[in-house]
Amino acid sequence: MTATAVYKPSVTSAAPLVLEGRDLTKHFAVKEATGIFARRVPLYAVDRVSIGLRAGTVTAVVGESGSGKTTVARMLAKIIQPDRGQLLLDGEPVPRGRPRSYAAQVQMVFQDPFASLNPVHRVRHNLVRPLQIHRVVDDVEAGVDDLLRRVALEPPEQFADKFPHELSGGQRQRVSIARALAVQPRVLLADEPVSMLDVSIRLGVLNLLADLRDRERLAILYVTHDIGSARYLADTIMVMYAGQMVEAAPSATLTDSPAHPYTQLLLSAAPDPERVEPPSLAGSGAPPSLVRPPSGCRFHPRCPHAMDICSQETPASVTVAPGHTAACWLHVDPARRRVDGRAAPAASPEAPATYAALPGPTKPHHPEED
Amino acid sequence: MTGSISPAGPRPVAASAPRQAEPVLEIKGLSVDYGYGAAAVHAVMDCDLTLRRGEVLGLAGESGSGKSTIALAAIRLLRAPGVITGGEVLFHSRPDSGGASQTIDVLRAGDEQLRTVRWSEISVVMQSALNALNPVITIGAQFEDMLRVHRPDMDKVARQERSVALLEMVGMTADRLRSYPHELSGGMRQRAMIAMALALEPQVMILDEPTTALDVVTQREILEELMGLRDRLGFAALFITHDLSLLVELADEIAVMYAGRMMERAAAASLFYAPRLPYTYGLLHCFPPMHGERRSMEGIPGSPPDLRALPSGCSFNPRCPWALERCRREMPPLVTLDSTGRQVACWLHGGDATVPEELNMPDPLGRTGRAPEAPSPSARSLR
Repeated sequence: MTATAVYKPSVTSAAPLVLEGRDLTKHFAVKEATGIFARRVPLYAVDRVSIGLRAGTVTAVVGESGSGKTTVARMLAKIIQPDRGQLLLDGEPVPRGRPRSYAAQVQMVFQDPFASLNPVHRVRHNLVRPLQIHRVVDDVEAGVDDLLRRVALEPPEQFADKFPHELSGGQRQRVSIARALAVQPRVLLADEPVSMLDVSIRLGVLNLLADLRDRERLAILYVTHDIGSARYLADTIMVMYAGQMVEAAPSATLTDSPAHPYTQLLLSAAPDPERVEPPSLAGSGAPPSLVRPPSGCRFHPRCPHAMDICSQETPASVTVAPGHTAACWLHVDPARRRVDGRAAPAASPEAPATYAALPGPTKPHHPEED
Repeated sequence: MTGSISPAGPRPVAASAPRQAEPVLEIKGLSVDYGYGAAAVHAVMDCDLTLRRGEVLGLAGESGSGKSTIALAAIRLLRAPGVITGGEVLFHSRPDSGGASQTIDVLRAGDEQLRTVRWSEISVVMQSALNALNPVITIGAQFEDMLRVHRPDMDKVARQERSVALLEMVGMTADRLRSYPHELSGGMRQRAMIAMALALEPQVMILDEPTTALDVVTQREILEELMGLRDRLGFAALFITHDLSLLVELADEIAVMYAGRMMERAAAASLFYAPRLPYTYGLLHCFPPMHGERRSMEGIPGSPPDLRALPSGCSFNPRCPWALERCRREMPPLVTLDSTGRQVACWLHGGDATVPEELNMPDPLGRTGRAPEAPSPSARSLR
């Protein structure tokens, strides 16, 4: 074992997997060109992403717009059917379609609380419907009060008879969380739940999610573009780039010693008033087109450490430290970087220097020494 | 102290002393209502703001605090039902040829005079470049239009050359002139917008949430470019955003608005390390830190007030952990605190009240407002 263990094994890693997605893949068809030249081409939105949500754990998926993070959440909610891959609930394959039994276990909270609540109905109606449809409780009135209390909208009778437009953004998002909780789910998929809210009330909603994780042992997926809030709330962070999962680690490990160059770029760009040195971007350019993604590693055109092999072969996910994986050739032993089974061209002389340039537990980890 | 922001790290204080520079845009006592009569909502109340030459002034606040309304009112782009009900906006124009600067009262200027100021001297970049650019003509045609109107002495070739130079200045290639706005990515559109705003070499640029809709990496690239251009071209910028953590890195001076009023104004480092206003203190603790131990933070309790039914006294008092009896009765005036010229509107300062420890950190730019006393036992942390 060569990698130094900065990472403390999380107590939650032993928690049972509730919902698991294996090799989830989704290609959307988009129209290219116009007129008689128009044809439909695939857009590779999500490519072989595996993700596991554990009870009592918040897993964050971080990425830029277009990285496929929302598509992953929607596939887990079965709002979008994956083209390939498997969904497992408690280790059992999930039936086809979107049966009510699945919705009773897995619920979603959407980004925009101004759009996700029915505006012509009172809060009470928005909460009574799932209680009735799923026949969760006998006394729906008491059920509504209980739900509002669980999301800290107290006293409940003051909120139950309001219309969504009478509530502030934070209160509305709490109502939509309450609606998701109505069926007593075990998995909550929160897609950018705070990005539409005012800065001063975001932490309140994040703390509510943390509270639900701790008190009700929910498995929570937190999809966000804000790596700072992911570090705050999540136990594990997964970073997506151009439809692929590039790095996953316990949240403090990932932000303190990122192993993938894209994560380093994201962190170097995030606003940080405590930064001592002036910010310098670790990379440049914009995310690629997903209709014609770059060959090899999809990040290689923007990567400051790119090598020959990066444009030829897609790197597999390698373990850089216990619980910390990254899909990057820099973390593969130079001798093992092969193209099509043949030995790769001799590693360029600057490769070792690039190694050293990577901070943290990013020293090459050689599985054969384990 | 539950604060996660340590005053330890010595932050390089901007070498330029913007305080000495002469003002280029002065907003005095500006008030803006939406609607008329008894139903009017007071979106901006009696606000003062001074932008000095070459300075980046940050204007921070949550949605509904009036920060965008101020910007729109300052160049008279406010649409009905917005009504400017008082105050003045003075633009001190310095001619290119040098010489004495000329003062224009923007709010009282006639159409012709306004035309000479808008865009050529004060330009605006809005949050949504897709809405700001004309969707049915190419970027090049829009540059051409603007240059033809504002620079009548240029011929077609000169206009073309200028357009190419402008695009290259913001890191775009000349072939993008033939693109329509919808063919560009969000970052590219915003770059084109910035190029257009800089085309006439204005003295003031108003940036209204220019990067809020963009990804962090694109945001950082555009901001770096913008700051480089500022150093080169020397325009002053009024940068409006809700992201206080971004402003701390970017601005020379920051003004914080809450519910239509200017509540605190200080140099960026002073505001970050030694906020004097409870709201600023709370807002700074709404951004989870990127380093150090992870710990629980609470944000600010309650929610931003409804402008139609503001609480009496200080608008922040229902959410303030240190609110005094006086805060519920009277609105505090914006007063200058110390020799650094920082201002705050809060009854905790300058009166008999004990200043909580959290709001009395040493100011990195000058001496503290008050002699450091033993922390008062009544000081409560903003939990």
